[in-house]
Amino acid sequence: MGEPILEFYGLRKEFGGVVAVDRLDFVVDRDTVTSVIGPNGAGKTTIFNMVTGFLPPTSGRIVFKNRDINACKQHVIASLGICRTFQSVQIFSEMTVIENVMVGRHLRSKTGLILSCILPPVMRPEEKKIREDARHWLRFVGLDASADILAGSLPLGNQRMLEIARALATEPKLLLLDEPASGLNTRETIAMGELIGNIRALGVTVVLVEHDMELVMGISDHVAVLNFGMLIAEGTPAQIQENPDVITAYLGE
Amino acid sequence: MQGKDYIGFSVFVIFMLALPHWISNDYYLGVLVFTAFNCMACVGLCLLMGYAGQISLGHGAFVAIGAYAAGILTTHLGWSPWLAMGAGVLAAVFIALVIGVPSLRLKGHYLAMATLGFASIVHIVSVAAIDITNGPAGIIDIPRIKLFGFALDSDIRYYYFVWIIFAVGLFFAINLVKSRVGRGLRAIHGSEDAASAVGVNITRYKIQIFILSAVYAAVSGSLYAYYVNYIDPGPFDIMYSVLLVTMVAVGGLHSLWGAVAGGILLSLLPELLSMAADTFAGVGIAYKPDYDTIVYGGILLFIMLFMPEGLFGGISTLGSLVFKAIARMAGRRYPSG
Repeated sequence: MGEPILEFYGLRKEFGGVVAVDRLDFVVDRDTVTSVIGPNGAGKTTIFNMVTGFLPPTSGRIVFKNRDINACKQHVIASLGICRTFQSVQIFSEMTVIENVMVGRHLRSKTGLILSCILPPVMRPEEKKIREDARHWLRFVGLDASADILAGSLPLGNQRMLEIARALATEPKLLLLDEPASGLNTRETIAMGELIGNIRALGVTVVLVEHDMELVMGISDHVAVLNFGMLIAEGTPAQIQENPDVITAYLGE
Repeated sequence: MQGKDYIGFSVFVIFMLALPHWISNDYYLGVLVFTAFNCMACVGLCLLMGYAGQISLGHGAFVAIGAYAAGILTTHLGWSPWLAMGAGVLAAVFIALVIGVPSLRLKGHYLAMATLGFASIVHIVSVAAIDITNGPAGIIDIPRIKLFGFALDSDIRYYYFVWIIFAVGLFFAINLVKSRVGRGLRAIHGSEDAASAVGVNITRYKIQIFILSAVYAAVSGSLYAYYVNYIDPGPFDIMYSVLLVTMVAVGGLHSLWGAVAGGILLSLLPELLSMAADTFAGVGIAYKPDYDTIVYGGILLFIMLFMPEGLFGGISTLGSLVFKAIARMAGRRYPSG
């Protein structure tokens, strides 16, 4: 504990005249589960988008494992060991469940265009390895029974699990989960909490944006609260629950 | 599941190689040779449209580059046909890089615009650069290609030659779709955001596939030049590029088999229509080949309205609907649980 993996220094993002994130100084420690909470429009997803290269910050620095990652493209960020999921589930719905996870092995395999053309898949040992690895991650999230059905036909809860399996298949050091429990029922939310605990046990640092307070308080080591793009509080779940600023932000004056 | 395409591929190749047993007429063999040229270009275009999600409205220009490279280098410079074909492919790769790198870096359909402009440039050059292309008069006396010293000088020989080359091209395309790269491409099609988030380099793949599709088109063009032994700018106008897009769209964007089916169907359609015209003439209705365009347009309209997945996708959707209806009826008769 205590060794930083992701650091923000004076991070700021403007959209036109609107400031979505402002003066954010924050550190995520390795091997922790950190939750970012705050009302809608507080800038939580914008932070994820900046970390993963989907949006460039207006100013400030993002440092991952002592490396400045401000100007990196999405696929480079992924290759550094950061992977994310999306608030509105982004699965490849026309592909099977296992194929979705196989895409996650993209960075961990290397057959190029020409070799892919010449050799059919049965003659490529790498292909078999990709499939086995994908199956391992499906088993990890408990979806191996659905491996060969189309991903689009899974219920939402399982689609979220699949998205996480696909992200884990890249073997990230840092996993960003954007509202993993949104749209899930109570039972599925509990399963999601258990899954996040298992991911942490693998030695993956998890940062999540989430509205479900029971989930957040149950699994987080550290909680950060944003309001109007600014960090208004951070601390352990217990500290946050008693913080008067947080209560004001959530409930109004 | 995995092997389905390879079984289909084997059946298809055997069928095409056996077909001349039933067709001895040189004219029809010639039609089928042209069909192979179109299918070749269609498979490349299908990789681009159906898998990389980009449209090229100038693929006919890459066919023209293959054809003109073959024509110019063999007649003016006396190169061997194989070498000239290789040069045509290299030229297509180079041009695809020049067009693709800037336009595929941007999101949106900039490639369609760039290729459209490129196609009209190629057409103008082929008409106007008389010293090189001989303008509208065209290049004559293009030599026939030889395979291991064996001249492919009859329709039947050329038929086997082009369909085998097409089979190799299709085989490569199927392998590609089933590979790590193909999965990356399908992922891009499903969600660009998610694909890039797991590390797929979207821009690079789009450029690679565009280049590959240009190679298919250039090979098709060279084979065309060696078959007809004469090229002029006529067949390579913008409408040819549009026809190629139509073939892929009619067959079904997201399936290589759809592209093959579309290529075959629209290549044979003029023949079918002229046969139909003969029949109609018997009952006193005059059908002119000029009406072909209307029929093409009608087909495209019908497909886009009622089968947006293309003929191939449409038929399988129809099949599964029928299957479900039967299952439902069976379920009603024998309620489960």
